[in-house]
This record gives sequence, C-alpha cells and structure tokens, in this order.
Amino acid sequence: MSDKNKRLDLSYSQMKWETIFKRILIVMSVIMLLLVAGTLVTLIVKSMPTIKSLGIGYLWGKVWDPVNNVYGARPFLMGTLLTSFTAIIISTPFSYAVAIYLGEYNTKGWLSNLLKNTVELIAAVPSIIYGFWALFVLVPIVRSFEMKIGVTPYGVGAFSASLVLAVMIIPYAASLGTSLIRMVPSPLKEGAYALGATRFEVIRSVILPFTRSGLFAGILLSLGRALGETMAVTILIGNTSAIGNTFKDVFFGPGNTMASVIANEFSEADHDLYYSALIELGLVLFFVTVIINLIGKRIITKYTNK
Amino acid sequence: MDARIKLRNTKSILFKALIIFLAFVITLPLIVVLLYIIKMGVVQVNWSFLVHAPTPEGVAGGGIANALVGSLLMVGMSAVVAIPVGLLAGIYLSENPGTRLAYYTGLCVDILQGVPSIVVGIVIYFWIVKPFGFSAISGSIALAIMMLPIVVRSTEQTLLLLPDSLKEAALSLGVPYHRVIMKVIVPCGFAGILSGIILSIARIIGETAPLLFTALGNVYISTKVTGPMDSLPHLIYFYSKSPYQDQIDQAWGASFILLMFVLILNITTKLITRKWNIQL
Repeated sequence: MSDKNKRLDLSYSQMKWETIFKRILIVMSVIMLLLVAGTLVTLIVKSMPTIKSLGIGYLWGKVWDPVNNVYGARPFLMGTLLTSFTAIIISTPFSYAVAIYLGEYNTKGWLSNLLKNTVELIAAVPSIIYGFWALFVLVPIVRSFEMKIGVTPYGVGAFSASLVLAVMIIPYAASLGTSLIRMVPSPLKEGAYALGATRFEVIRSVILPFTRSGLFAGILLSLGRALGETMAVTILIGNTSAIGNTFKDVFFGPGNTMASVIANEFSEADHDLYYSALIELGLVLFFVTVIINLIGKRIITKYTNK
Repeated sequence: MDARIKLRNTKSILFKALIIFLAFVITLPLIVVLLYIIKMGVVQVNWSFLVHAPTPEGVAGGGIANALVGSLLMVGMSAVVAIPVGLLAGIYLSENPGTRLAYYTGLCVDILQGVPSIVVGIVIYFWIVKPFGFSAISGSIALAIMMLPIVVRSTEQTLLLLPDSLKEAALSLGVPYHRVIMKVIVPCGFAGILSGIILSIARIIGETAPLLFTALGNVYISTKVTGPMDSLPHLIYFYSKSPYQDQIDQAWGASFILLMFVLILNITTKLITRKWNIQL
C-alpha cells in the first residue's frame, strides 16, 4: 500500500513538473515579446521630447547644432540613404554573380564549397575589423584616387564607407539567392534547353524571372544590414553634421549616418533634448530596419512555400 | 543562320566568364583584409602583449589583457543568460507551431535579428546603465539580446527536423513531457543547437556598438562585473582614433586576436554541421 502511494506521489510530482516545464517554455517565449515591446516603448518614450517640440519637421531639418539646441536629422538621413544605396548598387552585381554561379553553374564540388564558405566568411568578420583595416589601408587609396579626379582629398567620407559596406552586405543577398536559384524546378530549365536556348538565355529568361522576387528579398535583407551598420561606417564616414554644398562634396567628403551620429554623440549628450533627438534617430532606424526585414522575410516565406 | 547560333553561343560563354569573374573577384577584399590583419597583427602578439594591461599613452610596452579578459568574461556572461532563454524559447516554437504565441514570438525573433546593434545599446543604456551605472553586466545583457535570435532560430530549426516518432516513442513509455524534451529531443538535436550557439558567440564577440554606452571600456584589467570593462572590439575602436603609433600597432594585434577567435568559432561550426550533416 505504501509502495503504491509512493509511486502515485512520484507521478504527481512528475505531473507537476510537466506543468511547470510547459509554463517555463511559455515564459521564455513571452520574454521575446517583452524585449521587442520594451525596446519600442523605451525608444518612443525617450524620444518624446523631440517628437513633441520639433514634430515631423525634425526629420527634414537641415541644421544639426546641439550647442545652440538646433536639431535637424536631414544630414543623417541623407548620409544613411546615400551610403546604403551606393553600397547596394555596388554589391548587387557581385551578389547576383555569386548566386548564379553557386546556384546554376557550379552547384557541387570543392570549388563551389570553397566559394560558398568564403562568401559566408565575409559576413563573419566583425565590422570593427573592416572599419579599422579600411581606415589605414583603403582610406589612403581613396585619398589618392580623389586627388586624381580633382575633389578635395578627405579620404574618409560616404564614398569610403559605401565601398566597405558594399563588401560587408554581399553574403546576405548572395546566400539567399543561391538557395533560391537552386530551387528552380529543372523541368522549366530543361524545357528551355529543349527549345534550343543557350545557357545564358535560360538564365535570363527562365531562372531570373522565376527567382525575381526572391532575389529582391535578398537585396532588401542586405539593405537592412547596410542601414543599421554602425562601427565600420562610424570609423570611415568622417563625422561631420554639415551637409556639403555640391553632390561631389556630399559623396566624397565627410558626413554622418544615423547610426554613426548616435555612436559618436550619445555619450556626449548633455541635455534632454539632445538625448531625445539622438534616440529619435534610433527609433527611425528601428522602424525602417524592422519593416525592411519583415517585408524581406515575408517574401521569402511566401516564395519558399509555393 | 550559322552566324546567329555562333553569336548566341559566344554570348553565353562570355556571360559565364563574366559571372565567374565577378563571383571570385568579390572574395579578394576578404582575402586582402585577412592577410593584412594577419601580417600586421602577428608581429604584435607575444606573451607580454597578452598578459599586460595598456601602459599610459606614449609609454612603450603594455598589452591588451584588459580587453581580452573583458571580452571573454562578457561573452561568457551573455552566453549564460542567452543560452537557456534561447534554448527554451526555441523548444517552445518547435513544440507549438501554429499557436498564436508562437506566431508572435517568431515575429519578435525576426525583429530582434534585424535590430541594429546600436539601438540595442541605447535601450540597454536606459534599462540598466541609467539606474545602475556603466557595468560589464549591462554590456553582457546587450550582447545576450544580440545572441538570442540566433540561438532561438537554430534550436527551432534543428528540433523541427527531428522525426515525431522519437517523441512519440518516449511518451508512449510513460516518460513525462519535460524529460522527453530534455533527455530525448534536445540530446538528439544537440549538434545543431551547439553549432547555433557557437555561431551566435562568433557573432557577438566582435560587436562593438552595443558596448559603447554600456560596458564603456577600462584601461585596467578588471573582473568586477558591476564596473566598466574593456573588450577587444571596443579597444580597437578606441585605438583607431589614437594619435600614438604604438596604440595603433596594438590595435592591429587586437584585431588579429579577435579575427582568430571569430575564424576558429566559425570553422568549428562548419565542422560540426558537416559532421552531423545539418543545415542551418
């Protein structure tokens, strides 16, 4: 009798543990929700002072002068958009090439694996290392290039930052593109070959149209990375909050991005409005990257489930 | 007619050549960076470089022990926080697909994955640094948040691949649910989970932005987790602005050490995934 009770007790305690375990699982996944909600609330609450006092005009204001309490985010919005889109334009041909090569021309074997691993390694190297390297190696090269084409040879600036960003973001679009191109059904390709198409024509008229939205999603993911990238850009951008007069000045001269101005000035901020102006930049950055990432992910799931 | 076919074939070959050229050219920057860091860094590294704190500016000698200790300690602490949470959340996601909570959790994990690291730094500044001051703990928590999404996703993906029959067999023997998960399911997916964890550590060990306003940096070797602490990436960033040549030289050394950590962790992940043939 007592033996039986003991066993019953044991199974009761096990059942209790089961419930506890299931609750722990739920709590842990609720933590994810709380982290995101907390981030959002913190950013919104802390950027309230600027939202209230400067309104939407803040984002388009041209002058950033914390000493005189004048805040406008245009230099940083422009800097972020300029560096990110330049980086995307430079990197897209390369990431498409990697995707087409690994997805169509050479899908197996050591060379294919080597290239795949090398491209993935590009994403693994910390951004601070790219930034540090570029500051001492790339910037002098850019400077002499700028001297040749006759612009003020700063070296640091949006151009250098974009070059480094372009390399850093390639793996995201490339590896997604590779797996999507590999998923193109072979009957489609075989049909085209049977009609006498060359390989180039198959790629141009079958593979690329078939994977278009997926490749676009890869570019979006890369863009999300580029927009939020902080350290390499902070080191290379030159950190000036004034907007250059000509496009040449803006493109080759020093500037600032949203992330880099936060990195540089957040610890110097000495009054509430200054703080909250910086945090509002963080809020904008958060929204933009979240939306871009979610659209990208949505396209991918839609695409891979089909 | 013949000429047309020739033209098309030539086009096709030229296109292939172009693709191969572009695909391989892009590995050049990486190779150049790696070789340059190794070349500049390897001459800096010796025993005294690894075990000494920096000397005052302009004084020769000194090392990066403050950053080395700080990096290892902070990454270790964030692993201790992020691994259990990430593992259990990943288990929840793989065990309850289709529930509303799982949907929103998955969404939040995706969002967390995309949040710029500097934003995590700001948020932790207000959560922890404002009330308690700059500390290694706040840095670790910021890093843990960066680490979480990778651990959750890799756990979820690995466990989803396991056959249901494993769990059913264990349950039919009367094994309680929590033991089925912890003693059967998780060990079966161990390699995948482990490689996800290693990958996430490789990701956060090079993160600088979340540490700028949290762990702050420290020129002394410190193991006090409630005080400011240095880290390898932060030291590199700090020295990159230095006017002293020997600090810049030391930053090359620090970059080399950091790069080695990252490479070793990534290669380990590759070996694990290859050995157990898992897709991440």
